[in-house]
Amino acid sequence: MNIMNALLIRVAGLGASSLGVLASIGRLGLFLASLIPAIPYSFYRFELLVKQLYVAGVLSLPIILTAGLFVGMVLTLQGYYVLVDYNSEEAVGTMTALSLLRELGPVVTALLFAGRAGSALTAEIGLMRSTEQLSALEMMAVDPLKFIFAPRFSAAFIALPMLTLLFIAMAILGGYLVAVGWLGVDEGSFWAQMQSSVDWREDVMNGMIKSVAFAFLIATIALFQGHDAMPTSEGVSSATTRTVVHSSLGVLALDFILTAMMFS
Amino acid sequence: MKRQLMVEIWVGAFVLMTLVSLAVIALQVSNFNSWKDKSSYQITGLFDNIGGLKVRAPVKISGVVVGRVTGIEVDARTYQARVTMDVYSEFDELSIDTSGSILTSGLLGDQYIGLVIGSDEELLADGSQLDLTQSALVLEDLIGQFLVKFSESK
Repeated sequence: MNIMNALLIRVAGLGASSLGVLASIGRLGLFLASLIPAIPYSFYRFELLVKQLYVAGVLSLPIILTAGLFVGMVLTLQGYYVLVDYNSEEAVGTMTALSLLRELGPVVTALLFAGRAGSALTAEIGLMRSTEQLSALEMMAVDPLKFIFAPRFSAAFIALPMLTLLFIAMAILGGYLVAVGWLGVDEGSFWAQMQSSVDWREDVMNGMIKSVAFAFLIATIALFQGHDAMPTSEGVSSATTRTVVHSSLGVLALDFILTAMMFS
Repeated sequence: MKRQLMVEIWVGAFVLMTLVSLAVIALQVSNFNSWKDKSSYQITGLFDNIGGLKVRAPVKISGVVVGRVTGIEVDARTYQARVTMDVYSEFDELSIDTSGSILTSGLLGDQYIGLVIGSDEELLADGSQLDLTQSALVLEDLIGQFLVKFSESK
């Protein structure tokens, strides 16, 4: 009987956590349904959007540019060591550019963005909620969805693809510096091979589509976690952690699905 | 007010940097230039074996790109491979007995179609077919031929 009870409690715990997950998915759906109609308002109050673009985009620039430079340099270096054995070290530019445009650029930028800007968004909204600033806005007949959430969502949605482009350009510059400046790969064939095998629609555009999908995912998760956070300091901190974990895993899983659909 | 101005300057610089990197990726890294549709006319050719030829592979005369492969399918009647290619209109004075062969750039490079100009007065027009074609070299066939020759000469 005792064992049965202990077993039942385990089963009940499993059921409770499953129901919790389902309930939070439901709350996410409701949140999205109320957020999406509010998004156009972020363009009426343009100065709010600019402020949020500064916070999400410009303040993420140092980490994105530095990371891009080093990712490009190390990718080129590793590629060079392999390709030089086959006497085709000019192809290192192609390898760097393709892997950046198709996979690494969108994914690494999205992971960094989730850590740098997504967590900040969650913490900001969670703190607004726990100090009841959102309720105060509502009492003044200011809709926090239009005034707080919409500009932040649009800013994150716009900033991530832009940061991805900058990351890729910086990484290719890093690869160029290592390959041509340091390892002595011929400059002309470095660029020519890259141009002949990188396709504008197939590689660049697909990478950007990925980046837009990741931006939607991260912005949604970050805002929802802030909105859904327990209004305590512990709740805000665990919501921030959840934002980073969920968006990172989401980005990686979504990347696999998109890659399977695009490059089949 | 001053703070807002600084924010706007920074965001403006951010947008500008993005546009510059987009231009760099378009012009320096990818084939954005060749993507825009040049005016072209279409010719076809029947090949016994296309090897590893792909759609969008270049069509070259003396090594210079003059067009792109736009379609590869099996001809319903002869069961040969029908390769459709677009040749840019600036190269519109190719004689009717021009021959096409599938070549490989380098030892491990991609395959492309090389055109060798004939001497006939008549010119290729939109929709004409190349009569003289040469298939891709298949390594297994080469080795087979070599072995036959080798055993004969013994």
